[in-house]
Amino acid sequence: MTDTAAERTDAVPTGTASTGGGSGEFLRKWGVLVALILLLVVSATMSDRFLSLPNLLNVLRQIAIVGVLAIGMTFVIITAGIDLSAGSVLAVAAVVTADMVNSNGPLAAVLVAVLVGAGLGLVNGLGVTLGGVQPFIMTLGMLAFARGLAFLYTGGQPIPTTDETFLAIGNGRLFGIPNPALIFLALLVAAYFVLRHTTFGRAVYAVGSNDEAARLSGISVRRVRTTVYVISGATAGIAGLLYASQLGVGTPIAGEAFELDAIAATVVGGTSLFGGQGTVFGTFLGAAILGVLSNILNLTGVNPFVQRLFRGALIVAAVMLQRKDARGR
Amino acid sequence: MTTPLLQAHGIVKNYGHVQALRGADFAVQAGEVVALIGDNGAGKSTLVKVLAGVTHPDGGEIRFSGRVVSLPSPTAARAMGIETVYQDLALAPDLDPAANLFLGRELVRPGLLGRLGFLDKSAMAERTRTAFAEMGAGVQSDTAPVGSLSGGQRQSIAVGRAAAWASKVVFMDEPTAALGVVQAGKVLELIRRVRDSGVAVVLISHNMPQVFEIADRIEVLRLGRRVARYRPAEVSMEDVVGAMTGAVVQEEVS
Repeated sequence: MTDTAAERTDAVPTGTASTGGGSGEFLRKWGVLVALILLLVVSATMSDRFLSLPNLLNVLRQIAIVGVLAIGMTFVIITAGIDLSAGSVLAVAAVVTADMVNSNGPLAAVLVAVLVGAGLGLVNGLGVTLGGVQPFIMTLGMLAFARGLAFLYTGGQPIPTTDETFLAIGNGRLFGIPNPALIFLALLVAAYFVLRHTTFGRAVYAVGSNDEAARLSGISVRRVRTTVYVISGATAGIAGLLYASQLGVGTPIAGEAFELDAIAATVVGGTSLFGGQGTVFGTFLGAAILGVLSNILNLTGVNPFVQRLFRGALIVAAVMLQRKDARGR
Repeated sequence: MTTPLLQAHGIVKNYGHVQALRGADFAVQAGEVVALIGDNGAGKSTLVKVLAGVTHPDGGEIRFSGRVVSLPSPTAARAMGIETVYQDLALAPDLDPAANLFLGRELVRPGLLGRLGFLDKSAMAERTRTAFAEMGAGVQSDTAPVGSLSGGQRQSIAVGRAAAWASKVVFMDEPTAALGVVQAGKVLELIRRVRDSGVAVVLISHNMPQVFEIADRIEVLRLGRRVARYRPAEVSMEDVVGAMTGAVVQEEVS
């Protein structure tokens, strides 16, 4: 199997010729990782508790839900799309799942969460491809619509659940690692293989890079576009399931603005909003950077209002570092 | 004259009120280079798109080896061995040369992994190196994204991709327009090589000296119809330009 990271490194000599700077090229490819390492080092010096295993696992648990959303978001953004409805779809999945646990048991609830998410994602995808609606507008509509569905479904009330098997999904641990973190990591690995090593993954990059070229090459651009929204919906469904399980309640206000955090993680992780570029490994790093930042600010007792300033500045700074001057975009 | 490999008869294509093709004819034999020329708006690109399965004609007939065929999609045309180099190259800038060469027809691994769509990247990289080496198309790096390469290299990749896959016909829409003298010479060399392997090459070009250098035949389009056919040896550049501008009409237009 070809190692993608190694391929990328090999490409550096040619790339520098056109970018006109070796350090710029290095930063663009490895900047996110360097930034995360820097952040870890700085954080370790700021708080003794930071580098402890329980704290790091806690960070991993905290970023899991948004991280799962960001995996689906990465697929969508690589095709030059966007999914603003992810947080609302999460809420629909959360309330439907909590309800299903109480009536049909945990297994049915898990399946329904994924199906509900994928179903709403399919509506997004068909709206974009068959309906010809801009992804931003289509998923903005779904953001409002799905949130409304979640409120209607519950009559505005949260749905509590006490099923122990179900609660264990979000709160249990395996080998000491929180289950949500494991699910997040497993989905990352699966997404990595799909994007980097399958024909479908190739098609996702091709559609985002030049959809006309993809069409002329016989790729069904509509099918690929539709599928990435289904994937994003499915990951939102899984995130909703984790959310309901972690809190023991399906609430229609679940996941508000989570889509923005997922977009932030994806973009900080190096995925280009113009499409054609991005990796789920980068998305993991992006989610980790944002998670570590809020963790260390909490540990050091920084005012929550000020934390938002840091977060906002970090997102912009991270993306500026990865600017692709050479591409002339 | 033997049966042409690919033949178009009376092709009509309208875009709204604009008549791009008004009964255009065209023919190409195996192993010949035909230059398809005409003024801007004569319908050259549209005719190529029709014959490449990209656009669907409103009327007319396409014959392949004498049989009437329909070309509903680029895939259908490719299945017949017809490849096209588009004017804008149709490359994915974020993907490397191998990924572009195999775009839409990737090699997959044997067995179950292949059925799941897992790519055989090393086989594709290997075949890409061989293909470009055989064609003498100088692509220096097989791992850099195509978008980071020079215009000439991108052109080489697009032309090389079409040449590598074509078994019957290659359409090239202005394949040398963006190139310097040396690289244009390389493309012409490649065109000859493709022709000598028995493939038909259809070249759209505005570069008259180039057309006269490489073409075995010239077909002239004007206002959506074929107005003249020439052999370069038997005609002057002035006559050809005359046909393009309407000063000379060789074929009876009905």
